[in-house]
Amino acid sequence: MIRILENEHYQRGVYLAGKLILWFILLLGVVITVFPFIWSAMLSTHDRSTMFSSTLTLQLSDQLVNNYHQLQQIMPFWNAMFNSMKVAGLGTLFSLLFCSMIGYALAVYQFRGRNVIFTVMICSMMIPPVLTLIPYFMVIDALGLTNTHLAVWLPFTISPFGIFLIRQYVVASVPRELLEAAKLDGASEFRTYWSVVLPLLRPGLATLAIVQFVMLWNNFLHPLVILNSREMQVITQVLRSVQSIPNTPWGAVMLGTTLSILPLLVIYLLSSKQMISGLTSGAVK
Amino acid sequence: MSRNLDVSPEVSDVVRAADTAKADNIKRLWNKSTPYWFVSPYLIIFGVFGVFPIFFMVFLSFHHWNPVAGLGSMRWVGLENYELALTDPMLWQAMWNTLVMALLSGIPQHLVALPMAYLLVSLGAHARHWLTTAYFLPYITSTIAVSMIFYIMYSPQSGLINHMLRALADGTLTSWAFGWINNFMPIAWLQENSLIRYSVSFVVFWKYVGFNIVIYTAGLATIPNDLYEAAKIDGASSFQRFRYIALPLMRPFIFFAVTLTIIGNMNLFEEPFVLTRGLQTAATNGMSISNYLYRVAWEWLDMGSAAAISWILFLVIGTFTGLYFWLFGRKGLEGN
Repeated sequence: MIRILENEHYQRGVYLAGKLILWFILLLGVVITVFPFIWSAMLSTHDRSTMFSSTLTLQLSDQLVNNYHQLQQIMPFWNAMFNSMKVAGLGTLFSLLFCSMIGYALAVYQFRGRNVIFTVMICSMMIPPVLTLIPYFMVIDALGLTNTHLAVWLPFTISPFGIFLIRQYVVASVPRELLEAAKLDGASEFRTYWSVVLPLLRPGLATLAIVQFVMLWNNFLHPLVILNSREMQVITQVLRSVQSIPNTPWGAVMLGTTLSILPLLVIYLLSSKQMISGLTSGAVK
Repeated sequence: MSRNLDVSPEVSDVVRAADTAKADNIKRLWNKSTPYWFVSPYLIIFGVFGVFPIFFMVFLSFHHWNPVAGLGSMRWVGLENYELALTDPMLWQAMWNTLVMALLSGIPQHLVALPMAYLLVSLGAHARHWLTTAYFLPYITSTIAVSMIFYIMYSPQSGLINHMLRALADGTLTSWAFGWINNFMPIAWLQENSLIRYSVSFVVFWKYVGFNIVIYTAGLATIPNDLYEAAKIDGASSFQRFRYIALPLMRPFIFFAVTLTIIGNMNLFEEPFVLTRGLQTAATNGMSISNYLYRVAWEWLDMGSAAAISWILFLVIGTFTGLYFWLFGRKGLEGN
């Protein structure tokens, strides 16, 4: 059999068949990953009766507008979207500032405690979020920050991953001579960081921004224990909470789910190259 | 400076010198403290939300405390919380569930991701980019959204999965092979206690396999092409090249990806939470340690026990990662 496959006469055929199988597997993978998203978008045009019929429906229905109205009845959808946007946006901005400051200091300065901070930071990456959930809740409670959005983004602005990413980035792409030159020109330390270093870090910051935004937007556990009033809740919480409504209008819920994915989808498709390369370089090296 | 007016020039010189010395000192001190200004956000936020709570958690785990009653209601109970937790069959069940789901979702993730990444690398950059983008999509989507979609797809009467199985069982061409499925219809993927772990594990697998593909693709891209070429000349088949060149050189990446999977899977929370409707259905086999912890703390409001469970969870995760590092760490890290 193998002899035949190695016969030059058949080489082309074997090569083509190999290519075909390869593409079949790869595209099957795409179908399996993307299909649930398409399915949820499709279901958002159905109402309860067509959705729960006993036959498999693979076409769009006409209930989209209806579902949209229902969506707003069962959950404060746009309010929750706005809250998520606010939490993710503010959190991202501040984490860009904080992570770049810390990462820069860890990369450039020699100071007492630097190694301790670095080690603690790396170790804290390993602590599972559920573990710190109770103390997090208690500190928030003690500070009187329960049911505020600040509590849901501030603690996550010092992401160890982000600090690590920026540190690596500074080491790799900010030449020491440039910092010396800035100092000779009389720039203060903060000025050097702000107007010399930050612009150089732009690609790294872009990666971090996407990663942080995605993490904050998708966070569920922390809002779940902190935000308890309906008008403060974020989108992940609100989506989940409709599960407990009797006779859930699933068409409307699927519409909400699909809409909640869209902002991330847009950001991701615009920046996938940067995000994927940034994630892997920060993670592996 | 006003005092310069009523003192002699010599004195004013001394004062001036002292002033500059003082300014120098301040400047030096300021310069020395710069790095600390830069790291101060970390020190403050991590101190408040990281260091202090960890110590408080130790303290809390020896107390009985209901958060609704305020801090004053804290009562010292010694090791009772640990004793209660460790003798609670539910905790052991949750631990077992977590382990089973971690393995059921974790092992296939890597078994699928490695060959897929190998296939991807053989493509051109453009095709690879678009395929990777698609595979990565579930990873960036919120677990809640994903779990909601799967919750619908798993639905026993009208869910997509049962529809497809039914179509297979009744189809004229496929009924001979799949007809037996009808005996089990409708399959209650999330309500049947014996199935729930598999259903949850599949969602976890589906969500994270793309992330691993991306890491492995990045790893494979670092392997120089000459190695493959040389092996090809020596007559190595495609599989042999994967087995004897790619796989050994991928060790650090595999090590990294598996470590992330272990830590992530031991922390499983959202998937079981949504898929079992906030743990209302089939709670026994679907509950992970994190779910159990959440329930003890926020549904039963027993923070002391929850703190004790946290430490037990920490120990378990630490043991697994430690064991893994001990077994594979040297081989996994040698490439770096």
